[in-house]
Amino acid sequence: MEMWFSDIHTPNIKLNIRVKKQLFSEKSDIQQVDVFDSEDLGKFITLDGDVVFSEADEFIYDEMVTHVPMAVHPCVKKVLVIGGGDGGVAKELCRYPEIERIDVVEEDEMFVYVSEKFFPETAEGLKDPRVNLYIEDGLKFIRGKHGEYDLIINDSTDPFGPTEGLFTKEFYGSCFKALNDTGIMVYQHGSPFYADDETECRKMHQKVFQCFPVSRVYQAHIPTCSSGYWLFGFASKKYHPLKDFDAKKWNERKIPTQYYTTNLHLGAFMLPKYVEEILMTAEEEKK
Amino acid sequence: MDQTKAPLFEALERFGKQRVVPFDVPGHKRGRGNPELVSLLGEKCVSLDVNSMKPLDDLCHPSSVIRDAEALAAEAFGAAHSFFMVGGTTSAVQSMIFSVCKEGDKIIMPRNVHKSAINALVLCGAIPVYVNPEVDHRLGISLGMEPAKLEQAVKDNPDAVAVLVNNPTYYGICSNLREIVKIAHCHGMKVLADEAHGTHFSFGDELPVSAMQAGADMSAVSMHKSGGSLTQSSLLLLNEGVNADYVRQIINLTQTTSASYLLMSSLDITRRNLALHGEASFKRVIRMADYARDEINSLGGFYAFGKELINGTSVFDFDVTKLAVFTRDMGLAGIEVYDILRDEYGIQIEFGDISNMLAYVSIGDRYQDIERLVGALDDIKRLYKKDKAGMLSSEYLSPKVAVPPRRAFYADKISLPLRQTEGRICTEFVMCYPPGIPILAPGELVTGEIIEYIEYAKAKGCNVQGTEDFSVERINVLK
Repeated sequence: MEMWFSDIHTPNIKLNIRVKKQLFSEKSDIQQVDVFDSEDLGKFITLDGDVVFSEADEFIYDEMVTHVPMAVHPCVKKVLVIGGGDGGVAKELCRYPEIERIDVVEEDEMFVYVSEKFFPETAEGLKDPRVNLYIEDGLKFIRGKHGEYDLIINDSTDPFGPTEGLFTKEFYGSCFKALNDTGIMVYQHGSPFYADDETECRKMHQKVFQCFPVSRVYQAHIPTCSSGYWLFGFASKKYHPLKDFDAKKWNERKIPTQYYTTNLHLGAFMLPKYVEEILMTAEEEKK
Repeated sequence: MDQTKAPLFEALERFGKQRVVPFDVPGHKRGRGNPELVSLLGEKCVSLDVNSMKPLDDLCHPSSVIRDAEALAAEAFGAAHSFFMVGGTTSAVQSMIFSVCKEGDKIIMPRNVHKSAINALVLCGAIPVYVNPEVDHRLGISLGMEPAKLEQAVKDNPDAVAVLVNNPTYYGICSNLREIVKIAHCHGMKVLADEAHGTHFSFGDELPVSAMQAGADMSAVSMHKSGGSLTQSSLLLLNEGVNADYVRQIINLTQTTSASYLLMSSLDITRRNLALHGEASFKRVIRMADYARDEINSLGGFYAFGKELINGTSVFDFDVTKLAVFTRDMGLAGIEVYDILRDEYGIQIEFGDISNMLAYVSIGDRYQDIERLVGALDDIKRLYKKDKAGMLSSEYLSPKVAVPPRRAFYADKISLPLRQTEGRICTEFVMCYPPGIPILAPGELVTGEIIEYIEYAKAKGCNVQGTEDFSVERINVLK
């Protein structure tokens, strides 16, 4: 028997993954949730037919959204993770003893259930006593918050579909309001490569750069993402991701990583020319 | 009758399977002659775009599947007869008026009617008797028709032939329709209801009474609004005692002889859907609208109004599916919020006027979209809130009718700059669209207040239209 899962990147390009076995398939109130087992990527989860993460490459993404802001902000006490129902980001955050509270807001209870059942090592992050899990719409949760958080991580991946509300001007505006005066927001910035993704990437930068005084973009290589190349956004009210970066302090923490290093931190902000141009023209269009 | 049936839709399906060779119109012949049309609309859609023929009946003279589909629609809406309309609810409203009014006949109506009603008067020469609605001065919206005022109008105009009522208004305000029907019928007048915004009233106990249920004689129902059918498809409903054959003749005076089967079949399956699931669907819509109202009101500054407006007279009932929000306390006109929502947040709402905006909540909505709307309003409050000093509040300006609409429209006229028209009699319409309720109608006196209102609406970004002069800088007035 030969069974393949196709992750559609564009109408003309797809990534095929040979599936050993389908482990889970159900429709929640919000989306279709599937889990597969594969030879090279291990188990992977898909939402509405798009790969969200695999055992093989999840670490890249969790480390990059966590350690980059944590190596910049001098003292993070309260963190909000939007859409982090798998627990991966919470797990990385829990390595920092100074963090007092981590609020994780996940819209889909089934996503949490599936993560706990099939990815227990990742979901372990949700078990730390500092973590509070809320099953709620992210936009709704954040609406009533004023100046509460040092760090907000938007862990939702997809600007199309159920989480599209978390890629909107109103969401970024709500994050700005929910952060305190020195707060940082880190968010998924999509892939800049294929045309449709690029358009979304450009729009996203326009929304955020108007909202925050500091708005920079950094990159990582994530094999299961569209084109394998992924961007993150670093938006902040005060701290600059490079000027306020404290490599020495971070290295002294001796946090074990597989992707992030303080050298890579610097490199991640050095973007290819075509990406710089996308961001620059996006800013000029809105000025 | 069996509401699970959809006779017209089923006939189209049967017809499609017969693979009949078309030597009739439309000329695209199932799309073959116009491949771009197929790629735009899809195979299925263009294959349904066919001409009337025996197996598919004829809207102008329905005798089989369209007749059956209309009978089912009548039953679903509690009417004695229904007509499928393909010229929008405008055509349904106008057919109602043409059915009961001849030249010179008087018709009693509130002034805050849709332009289609006053247009009908220009066409048929009937004379409007306006019952001025009470105005909620804070919200700047006109309210319903009060039975006491109607009683007076009937007494002053015993020769009037009909009463036209909005059920509800764009904002969801309902009048005491049962009482209005009683007064009108008592004096031998017909009751016509513009239910463009009330299609759902026939499907749920939590909603205001529908015109048919209240005993009105005719009702124009926008199936394409809350019902969910294709844009431009509509229903005209008749109650017992109205001559359906005469109404058909009236409809055929202006209706196309090439009615679209896309529109008609969408009416047929939408009726089926409403009859089977309408009550449950609109319960969900009500819950969503209630949730949105509560959330918006908890933001502070915006006022999403609801049933608390009910006062027994000018607001007899309120349609809770309407999500209207008063924005003026934010220092923002409704139209400004409307523009900001679209340009900055990618959210298109139904309309914004001077003091309010209306978000249309329907069977197609999801909670996540409601969250976006509420989130965006919260962000607008954070970024755009202004001092409200100097904002115009009044929405409704009671008109002074000097000449009947038809006479004014066709009279000798001159075009004058807006500022110089004070004291003159206007011969055309001036309105903001949406909502399409005239600020000035043909035959009405132009006042300084009206000029100020038009200029303010233009400055705030309302789409002002209706005049011969496209930019609405000049107005035609009587010579």
